[in-house]
Amino acid sequence: MEKILNEINSDKQDIELNCDVALDFEIDKKYQRTTPINIPDLSESTIVRHFTVLSRKNFALSNTFYPLGSCTMKYNPVVNEKIAKFNSFINIHPLQEEETIQGNLEVMSELEKTLCEVSGMDAFTLQPAAGAHGEYTGLLIISNYFKAKGEKRTKIIVPDSAHGTNPASAALAGFEIISLKSETDGTLSAKKLSEILTKDVAAIMMTVPNTLGIFEKQISEISDVMHKNGSLMYYDGANLNAVMGMVRPADIGFDVMHINLHKTFSTPHGGGGPGSGPVGVKAFLKDFLPSPRIIKQSDKFKIDFGNEKYSIGQMKAFFGNFPVILKACAYVKALGGKGLKQASEYAVLNANYLLNLLKDKIKVATGKTCMHEFVLSSKGYLGNGVKTLDVAKRLLDYGYYAPTIYFPLIVEEAMMIEPTETESKQLLDEFADVLIKIIDESNKTPEVVKAAPVNTPVTRLNEVQAARKPQLRW
Amino acid sequence: MNYIPITKKDKEKMLNKIGVKDTDELLALQIPQNLRAKQLNIADGLSEQELLNLFNNYANKNKANLICFRGAGIYDHFIPSVVDEITGRSEFWTAYTPYQAEASQGTLQAIFEYQSMICELTGLDTSNASLYDGATAVAEAVLLAVRVSRKNKVIISSALNPQYIKVVKTYTDKLSNIELITVDIDEKNGKISQENLISKIADDIAAVVVQSPNFFGIIEDMSLLSEITKQKNALFISVVNLVSLGLLQAPGQYNADIAVGEGQVFGNAMAMGGATFGFMAVKKALEWKMPGRIVGKTTDKNGKEGFVLTLQSREQHIRREKATSNICTNSALNSFAACVHIAYLGKTGIENLSKINISKARYAFNLISKLNGFSPAFDNNLFFNEFVIKTTKDVNKIDKLLLENNILGPLNLEQINSKYKNCLMFAVTEKRTKKEIDKLVEILKQAE
Repeated sequence: MEKILNEINSDKQDIELNCDVALDFEIDKKYQRTTPINIPDLSESTIVRHFTVLSRKNFALSNTFYPLGSCTMKYNPVVNEKIAKFNSFINIHPLQEEETIQGNLEVMSELEKTLCEVSGMDAFTLQPAAGAHGEYTGLLIISNYFKAKGEKRTKIIVPDSAHGTNPASAALAGFEIISLKSETDGTLSAKKLSEILTKDVAAIMMTVPNTLGIFEKQISEISDVMHKNGSLMYYDGANLNAVMGMVRPADIGFDVMHINLHKTFSTPHGGGGPGSGPVGVKAFLKDFLPSPRIIKQSDKFKIDFGNEKYSIGQMKAFFGNFPVILKACAYVKALGGKGLKQASEYAVLNANYLLNLLKDKIKVATGKTCMHEFVLSSKGYLGNGVKTLDVAKRLLDYGYYAPTIYFPLIVEEAMMIEPTETESKQLLDEFADVLIKIIDESNKTPEVVKAAPVNTPVTRLNEVQAARKPQLRW
Repeated sequence: MNYIPITKKDKEKMLNKIGVKDTDELLALQIPQNLRAKQLNIADGLSEQELLNLFNNYANKNKANLICFRGAGIYDHFIPSVVDEITGRSEFWTAYTPYQAEASQGTLQAIFEYQSMICELTGLDTSNASLYDGATAVAEAVLLAVRVSRKNKVIISSALNPQYIKVVKTYTDKLSNIELITVDIDEKNGKISQENLISKIADDIAAVVVQSPNFFGIIEDMSLLSEITKQKNALFISVVNLVSLGLLQAPGQYNADIAVGEGQVFGNAMAMGGATFGFMAVKKALEWKMPGRIVGKTTDKNGKEGFVLTLQSREQHIRREKATSNICTNSALNSFAACVHIAYLGKTGIENLSKINISKARYAFNLISKLNGFSPAFDNNLFFNEFVIKTTKDVNKIDKLLLENNILGPLNLEQINSKYKNCLMFAVTEKRTKKEIDKLVEILKQAE
């Protein structure tokens, strides 16, 4: 293992306190720090080597395939990174005068406009910092809307196939969650929905296509049932990469939605963030969007706090994750309208192709075709007690990242695969071969699969021990 | 441009394998025809060169790279080249959340090191992997305190950053059981009024939230405020500036239960206020209630040490609506930038950075407060790298004049609160040179 930083001896020479004004830091003792800081003084060369060595222990999109279902690990264009480092975009204080940040405001406004067109929604906020933050924002908007209407609606319906963030966000927004059982392919039945629907339901949260990669056949009926009940429709945009230019959430009945720029719009995941989760609404919900808003008045962009009366307030400090917004804007400008549609088309093509390469060797949870992702169930297809987890770890040995596993919860031994449009046919062929080989290994040499991974910097790590005896710092 | 590596020939073969003649036929198997959208009304795509030109044009519409004397939560600190070099490695920025631990040891060890640094700086036991920003970190701390104490009233300092107050309000608004109570500052010295806190603290208070240096830059008497809080068994939530902790007392020193704040000060550009990251550190007893991801050290099958995401049964992907928070994606790359910056500085570097910040701020304060028409807004010179000056001059004209000289001047506090008319808040970091400070003073002298 590369040493943990505090195990490296201090090796920095001549640490000087260089200051071009007279040093003047005396303060009353009672405010002074007495706690020691145990962080070594290391030379620059030591630091660069330390972190470079660490970087080589990562599987990343730039060095391998990441078939993580629901995560849309598509190529992150390098030109976008370059643009996001322009000093004139990022050396900007958030409380600068409007006239000095016209460029940034225009970029934000351009992206809002594009997201409106892609989704069919009437207005967007770019403030939320991630998908879950967007969900939370959307649910607060729904809550404020009903409050303004004087209706007491306290419940949100969440399908059992939904992402964990859906119920967690609804709870944070003060709602009670009703779980809706989905069909075996994860789709929802309008009839089953009507059976549990009550007057106090504020909204349903849906992912379309759903987390099994299937488009909701009954979406129009579901929308009718909900709206007749006075309830709203929330669209979880995690899977928007399947439908750009083909279906617009607002057109098919949704009232509120979020988009993950770090999925559909190609911004990198950064090892877990930053993301960005813009929220779009239909016109009747516009007043409830977070404050401030960006508006255009006679060719000038303005920061408008005027919506504060109905607004849900502020979701984070300032405007949103600007560099992420900037990269997403560069992405849509590079692809254009046709390119966005093409991206979704090829995402669906790649997923269906991979599904077809695998369908005779392992159970596909949902039938013959899918949208941009599909779910396999390895139950009954693996020999000798080999589990999905073992297959995932064995894939690492072959140099691929693993698919999302054990999700959605409604599929036993699930493996959720999303290739995205930015992978080649050759790669998909090779990946399918490896997966089939591992299934074969589970019958012939199961001990190898169970012992995996062995080609990674560490072998299988003991997660139980980590949680039982937490060691969370040096 | 598009980023699709599939040739026409490949596409044919793939459609063939699937058994459809084109993608439309494939889509028709999933999407009802009546739901299909019209063609998107978005212009055609650009080449890389056109793209760079377009974004250069946008960038040129900004007046950026100003000599910055503005703070109020986001600060213009120097970022060493090492930070960009390391965070710019695609093995870090194109990786996903480290769910497959064995294939993510780089990111996981870096988070472990980050957590350790936050613990060292705050003097507390356990840190999470990061939250979105300082404002949401304060809001999550409030929710955490309510969760563990099972009490529902929270006292917040009126000298908490107004952005944070707004976000705390949003986060607690729909949770009908939470009540926020404000403790006032003494307008004379800009510090929390002890008497006011004593009059409001009671047995049913879950927590007291105090920022130090507070929004006005003033260092609070945290030991005393914490002591008052503890007398009623409430939790003490300390909102701190990490850069100040090289010099000022660590939250652990005054028995804080939770320390949170904005992490942008280490390793991150101002970027118009985001993306940054929020940090959170807590006492051991609270770690199972903490929101967000946490990395722990463990061993592999061969006894070799390694790192995993842990205490995951707190989180939404396991606990769903009963999770400690809904957070999933956080600000990993931003907290990593801070990790690299802190590693670069080391203990001595951090202490020096603190000392330089306070020295330069005092230098500027001493000069400005002596100018005709400028005087300290508070009868208190105990500040870190930010201070408030009251002026008799025209604040708008000052702002304009400075901008003409490429200086982003102090924040006009009246924009935040009408109570603070003619009050200007200056931030002076280590990045500001003596020459720049002198120039600022020179221009202020000429102001009308």
